[in-house]
Parts: sequence; C-alpha cells; structure tokens
Amino acid sequence: MSIAAQLPALQVALPLLAAPLAVLLRHGGLAFAVVTAAAWAAFAVAIGLWLQVGQLEAGAAISYHIGSWAPPWGIEYRVDRLASFVLLLVSGMAAVVLPYSRASILREIPRDLHYLYYAMFALCLTGLLGITITGDAFNIFVFLEISSLSTYVLIALGRDRRALTAAFQYLIMGSIGATFIVVGIGFLYLMTGTLNLADMAVRLREVESHRPVLVALAFLTVGISLKLALFPLHQWLPNAYTYAPSAVTAFLAATATKVAVYVLIRFYYSVFGDSLVFHDLPLPQIMLWLSLMAMFGASFVAIFQNNLKRLFAYSSVGQIGYITLGLSFASVNGLTASVVHLLNHGVAKAAIFLLIGGIVARMATAANRDAVPMLRGVPADAVSPEPTFDRLAGLSKRMPLTCFGIVIAGLSLIGVPGTAGFVTKWYLIIAAMEQGQWWLVGVILLSSLLAVAYVWRFVEVAYFRAAPEGSEKNEAPLAMLIPAWLLVIATLWFGLDTSFTVGTALDAAQELVKNGR
Amino acid sequence: MNTEYLILAALVLPLLGAIGIALAHRAPNLREGVTLATAVALFVGVCQLLDPVLAGARPELVLLEPLPGLPIAFRVEPLGMLFALIASGLWIVNSVYSIGYMRGNKEKHQTRFYVCFALSIAAALAIAFAGNLLTLFLFYEVLTLITYPLVTHAGTEKAKQGGRTYLAILMGTSVLFLLPAVIYTWYVAGTTDFRPGGILPAGMETGTVMVLLALFMFGIGKAALMPFHRWLPAAMVAPTPVSALLHAVAVVKAGVFSVVKVIVYVFGLDTLAGATDWLIGIAGFTIIAASVVALHADNLKRRLAYSTVSQLSYVILAAAILAPLSVAGAALHIVAHAFGKITLFFAAGAIYTAAHKTEVSQLDGIGRRMPWTMGAFAIGALSLIGIPPLVGFVSKWYMMSGALATDRFFVAAVILASTLLNAAYFLPILHRAFFRPLSAEAAAHPHGEAPLPMVIAIVFTAAATTFAFLFTDDFLRLAQALVAGGAP
Repeated sequence: MSIAAQLPALQVALPLLAAPLAVLLRHGGLAFAVVTAAAWAAFAVAIGLWLQVGQLEAGAAISYHIGSWAPPWGIEYRVDRLASFVLLLVSGMAAVVLPYSRASILREIPRDLHYLYYAMFALCLTGLLGITITGDAFNIFVFLEISSLSTYVLIALGRDRRALTAAFQYLIMGSIGATFIVVGIGFLYLMTGTLNLADMAVRLREVESHRPVLVALAFLTVGISLKLALFPLHQWLPNAYTYAPSAVTAFLAATATKVAVYVLIRFYYSVFGDSLVFHDLPLPQIMLWLSLMAMFGASFVAIFQNNLKRLFAYSSVGQIGYITLGLSFASVNGLTASVVHLLNHGVAKAAIFLLIGGIVARMATAANRDAVPMLRGVPADAVSPEPTFDRLAGLSKRMPLTCFGIVIAGLSLIGVPGTAGFVTKWYLIIAAMEQGQWWLVGVILLSSLLAVAYVWRFVEVAYFRAAPEGSEKNEAPLAMLIPAWLLVIATLWFGLDTSFTVGTALDAAQELVKNGR
Repeated sequence: MNTEYLILAALVLPLLGAIGIALAHRAPNLREGVTLATAVALFVGVCQLLDPVLAGARPELVLLEPLPGLPIAFRVEPLGMLFALIASGLWIVNSVYSIGYMRGNKEKHQTRFYVCFALSIAAALAIAFAGNLLTLFLFYEVLTLITYPLVTHAGTEKAKQGGRTYLAILMGTSVLFLLPAVIYTWYVAGTTDFRPGGILPAGMETGTVMVLLALFMFGIGKAALMPFHRWLPAAMVAPTPVSALLHAVAVVKAGVFSVVKVIVYVFGLDTLAGATDWLIGIAGFTIIAASVVALHADNLKRRLAYSTVSQLSYVILAAAILAPLSVAGAALHIVAHAFGKITLFFAAGAIYTAAHKTEVSQLDGIGRRMPWTMGAFAIGALSLIGIPPLVGFVSKWYMMSGALATDRFFVAAVILASTLLNAAYFLPILHRAFFRPLSAEAAAHPHGEAPLPMVIAIVFTAAATTFAFLFTDDFLRLAQALVAGGAP
C-alpha cells in the first residue's frame, strides 16, 4: 500500500507519537526537535491531503477506515474540502509557532518544564487535527478532550501566577462545554444507534422531528459555542489569552476556536442538515444577534483595555462574531465568509500575538537583564511583565519591525483592502445584500470602525508617545521575528491573491450547502 | 515601447525610489538625489504614455485577482492620464521645494518623509490608472494610510489630533459609504470595470441611482464635500510640502478624480440624468460656505485649506451638471487648481521658512522683502480667481459654458458669486503684502527670500500657471477625449 493512501492516519499519528517521545526524552532541545519535525511532517501531510481532495470531484471526500473496519462499525476518517482547509490551517500554524516557541518560552516558562511544553503542544495539535479529520461523533469528543486537557496545561505553564486561575477558569468552562457536547452526542446515538456522522445524517432524516433530536441540537450548539467563545459564553477567553505563554496564545487564537467553529459547521451541515437548523428553528436569528453583540460588545470592550494581549483577546471575541455572523446567513456566500475568516483571522491574530510575545520577551530581558541565567527555577510567584500601554510608549523606536507588523496585521482586523480581512468583509456584505438586509450592511461596516479605534490606540501609543529616557533600539530576536513576519506577509498575500483561500472556501461552502439540503 | 511595461514602470518606479531613499538614509545628498532622479524618470515614463492615449489606445495591465472575477487591473484612459501627468510632474517640483523646506526648517525624520512621499505618489498613480472600482478603492485606502505618517510628521499632540481627524473622516467615509457603494455596484452590475457610458444595468430606478450616487459622493471623502471636509483643515498641522501634496499633487486630486471617474465611467452621463440636482445643491453650498469661512480665517494655511474645499466642489459641481462641456471643465479644473494651489502653498511655506509668519495679519509689506515669493503668490491667487490669461480662467470658462448650455442659472450664479468671494479673500493678502508698510515688529526682524530651492520651485509653478494657458492643448485634448465617450 502506498504511503499516499495512509495520509489521513499519519495526519494524526505523527504528532500523537511525538508527544510521548518528548516526555521520554526529558530534554527541552531534543523534545523541540522531535515535536517540530512532527508538526512540519503533519503540515506536509495536510498539503498532500489538500492536493488529493482537490482532484476529487465536487462533493466527494477521502474516506479512511481505521484498522480497515468498514464504517459505520469502525472509525472513519473523512477529509472533504472543508476538513482539508482546516487541517492546513491547524498544522500550518503549528509549523510556524513551534520554531518561534524555542526563543519565546526560554523567557516565559521555567527551563525544566520545556519538554512538557513540547509534549503538550504535540498533544494539543493531535487533538485539533483529530477533531477535524474524524468522521465519528464520539471520536470528536475524545479528540476534543485531548486538545482541551493539553490546552489547560499549556496555559498553566505560564510563569505568571494568574495563569493558574485562567487555566482553572477555562478548565471549568471547557468541561461544561465538553459535557454538553457529549450529552448531545448521546442523544443522537440514542435516536440513530450510530456514531458515524455520515450514517447519522442518513438516519436522522427519518426521525428529525422528534424532540430528542432538537435537544441534541441544543446541547451541541451550546457546548460548541462555549468552546468557540460565542459572545455570552466567551468569559474564559480573555484571561486564558492574556496569561498563557505568548506562543500558546498565538497557537490557540489561530486554531482552537477555529476548530470549534469547524465542528459546529460539521454538525449543522453534515449531520442535522441546514433545513432543520436554519429553517425550522429560529437559530439564524439567535446567532445573528449574538454575533452582532460580539462584534460590538467585545470590540467596544477591547478599546478600553490597558493590556495589549487582553485588548487583542477581546478583539478575537469580536472577530469570532464575524465568523458566526457568516454562518447565520445560511447561504453560500455567508458560509464562504465564515470559512475564509477562519484562516484570515487566524493568520492575522497569530501574527499579532507572536509579535506581542517579542515585546514581552524584550520587557523580560530589560527588567532582569542580568538575571537571565537565573530564569531556571524562577520562584512560582514571579509575575511576568505585562505589555500594558504605559510600558509601550514610543515602542516604535525600540522595536520598529515588531510595531509595524502589528499595525499591518491590525489593518487586516479592520478589513482594509489589500489585507486578508477585507476579503471576509466583502463576502459578508455580499451575503447581507443577497438577503436584502441593508441595515446589516451598515452594521457590519460600523463594527469595522471599532477595530480602527483599538488598533489606532496601539499606533498612537507606540508611535506618538515619547519613549522613556535612554531607551535604545532593541528588536525582538530573529528566531521570533521571522515566524511572526511570515504570518504578517501571509496576511497581505491572502488579501491580494485569494485563489487558495477563497477558492477552497467557496468550493467547501458549495459542497456543504449542497449536501446539507 | 510596450505600453504594458510603461504602466508597470510607473507603478514600480516610485516604490524602487522609496527603497533607494530608505537605503540612502545616511547620506542626505544622495537621498535627495534619489528622490529627484526617481521623480524625473517617472515623469518621463508617464509622458511616454501620453501619445498612445491621445491616439486612442487604452493600455491595460492586469495583476493579481484578489476576488474571483475582480482583478487588480489598470487601464489608462484620458482622465487618468491627466491626473498621472499632474501627480508625477508636480512631484518633481515638490521634491525640489521639499529639500529647501525640510533643510531650511531642520525637520526631523526626513528619510521617513521622503519614503512616504514616494509611496504616496505610487498610490496616486495606481489610483490614476485604476481599471476598476476595486483597484481604485484599494489604492484610495492605501493613499490614506501612507499619508497618515506625513500628516502627523511633527509627532506632537496637535499632530496626533490632526491625524485622528484625518484618518477618522477619510477612513470612516470610505468604509461606511464608498465600500458598500463598490460592493453594491458589483452586486447589480456583475463588474466594477470602468467603461465609457457606465456599467450600471439599464432601467435602475432613479431613487436607487440617487442613493448610490450619494454613497459614492460622500464616500469619496477626499473630495471634501461638506459636511465631510473637516479633515483638510485638520491636516494643516503637517509640514508645508505635505500640504502641497495633499492639496495639489495627490490626495484631494485623487478625490475629485475619483468623483469624475465614477460619474463618467460607472454611472455614465445618461444614467444620471435627473439624479444630480441634490448634488449640485450641496456642491454649490460647499463652494459658497467654504469661501465664507476662508474669508474669516486669519491663519494663511487655514484660508488656503478652505479655499481648497471650495475649489474641489467646483469640480464636483461641474461634473454633476453632466454636460460634456462642463465635464471637460471639471477635468481641466483639476489641472488648474493643482498649479494654482501648489504655488500658493509653496509661498505660504516660504513665508514660514524665511519669516516664521503664519497669519495673514502679519504679512504687511512682506512683498518687498520676498518679491519672488509674493509675486508667485499673486499669480496663483489670480489664477484661482479665474482671471485671464491664467489657467484658472480656462476651466471656469468651460464650466460656465456647460452651465449656460444646460440653462442651469443657479450654477452660473454660484460660480459668479464664488469668484467674487475668491477675490475677496485673496486680494487683501496681496494688498497687505505689496501696499502696506512693514509693521514695527516685522521691521525689527529683517529677513530675505526663502532658500533657493524653494524659490526655484515657486517660480516654476507660477510660470506653469501662467503658461499652461498657452499649452492647454494636450490637456484639452485629454479632457475632450474623456467626454467623447472614450472613443478614439
């Protein structure tokens, strides 16, 4: 059997194997090498799968039977256009963030815990890739728990003590979400007697008006919304993003919530079918209003944050609003906007958090320049420096490349033409116009002005406020700058050439809408 | 030479220039040399396009495709040619002037200034050559962002405030009005290409056309139609060469250029028939109201800024009349105002550099100390008032003819009234400068002319204002090609 046929299994198996290896090696450097190699291999596999899916006719998918047990009895891995798109996003982000980690965690995580960081990162990656690729409902839950548990550890690894409470908060909320999800899956199993998603969809057609199906839909919607931080369920996110180590924040912001959105789309379109979700129930209206509240509420709160990381964390909640807003249209263009924004926002936000990581690293070194060798075994109550605005005054003098990168990625959050964010906005507005919702067009555009407000707060502090006396140029290390700038350039590239992003997203959306009817 | 490469060269040259300027940041003379060389090369390149365009060719260039069916495309047509000629030509003069000004006032961050300047020119040329609305919108926003560091050059609290207003109004209007207009055009027409006669489907309701036109006109905030004009006076905090860039070379010209372009190539003059009365009203109001404000402004740059607001609405007004003659007049007025206003701003900057004076009331007798500067100022002012044989007369003549040909006496009245107002706010400056004695305070602080590069630039633009009247042939042919439906 050729290796090409085994790609779906390798996609998950490679990072899964890397995790225990990293623990066994018990050495930061070696663990780094193993996990990074696994992430790059996973990225290569994802590219391979994307190429394979591209050659299939529209609507078809790669189906892989684990252990050659035929579905619906065995576990099936299923890669369609949407799945391959998300796989690319997740593995690509891991491939960029891991090389960055090495320089970044040196200053943020005690050295004897580095190997754990890599092991947990590999597990988290495994979980996220597994959720995306599997075609089995219970398998989704298992991978969800793998990724969630490893995420709690990753957040708690931050030196700052508040990271512990943030991780705990996320643990509680995440567990509630996971419970809701498993209850929802249980109801579905009850009604259909199968766990295979495709099989479930077929059998649900016969029973869909039954109340337990609606209950399942409700449980799943709430549970997944918690994981994707839909507006009133987003409480865990700002703290988790603020206090996690920078590399973790960047990876989570780009992938964790995005994969949750993917699961929601998967259940809505591939299991329940869009007639049940969007036509028989008032879900579009509910989702529309929650999205709008996220877009305005969270973005508004972001403007008044004093900590740069927290500011962009709230901005993430707002940007997730755009993604769910696209879903609420229940149209090809709306769905395209959602899917393409998974990547557009993921790339831009990851770039921003990576660059902020550079700022934090320089603040750490500046604060204890002589104490760097002593970072080993730092006391647990050490409070890592926060990127608050008063410390960022005149930052553009000290870190010109970092600041400029944040501005460009910030322009993408605003949706300036020529950046990736503009493409999303375009499709959202077309989707709103299609349905004759003119007021919504205005509302979407108004919300992007809020992004101008918070991005420009950074610009004014970094470029106009006087730098403290005696500060000199002190740019982030290249090992951190290069990955971050790679993503900044990607933000621009995906704003100018969208043959990959929009091409794949549009195909995926058409496929979903067609199959979902 | 292949015209496609010429377009590409026109877009890439200023970018290369910007890189060269950044690299030469340690050697100011080399750096300024790069600026000048790039500017000259660019102007020569753009001129190469003139003959093919006049001969009826419409060179095209397609780059990337950001959205399916919506490429970033460039297509040189007469109006764009006109704008490109002004922008690239005035860049040379402005660079000469900048060197004198920036050195004379010992400004900081000069490298950043020249880099952003070159990038603004690149954006302006991309706007001029834009082949569809998406491309126009893209570079319109780029121009806003790239001029922001220029407007806030001083880095003071006041500059920050001015920058805020600048960005808020230009970004706000373009996002809230222009973008939905672009997307709606794409939605109903299935294309955003600029085509002679317009692209909107036949049979659109007049009400819809009016709303769409309103979105475009207010969305193009760079054209400074009231009530979205406040960014222009706010941007006065910038160094004078930047004001010249904003007022004459690139920014407001990009605004009125886009207005004319949208009216001619998106709507088409026929589609708009009967839908522009409100626009004529608002443009007329802007002309008069801004002139009245200018009348009361004592700060020289502020007076000039409001004069710009008023002059821009001439272009909008003329285009909104929809008569071929007046649309040609609108295109010509872009040229006329560019030459006149750049002279005036150059003079204001020269006065500031040589005498450190910013208010009109301080200018008593300055004409005797700075004869070249104030002489040029007089020419620029007379041109904007519309006195023959200066270039401002030609455009006003065309606009008037168009208004009378379509029996729009309101427009004719507005033009006449504003001409009087123009005279009322410019002539007292000349009177003070040449006929009043020096004040005691000024007499105690002797000064001479501004630095030589500045004087050269001022005299040059004043001469251009004078002689453009004799050489308007090319401009006229371009303007006529514009209204001839783009047909060769």
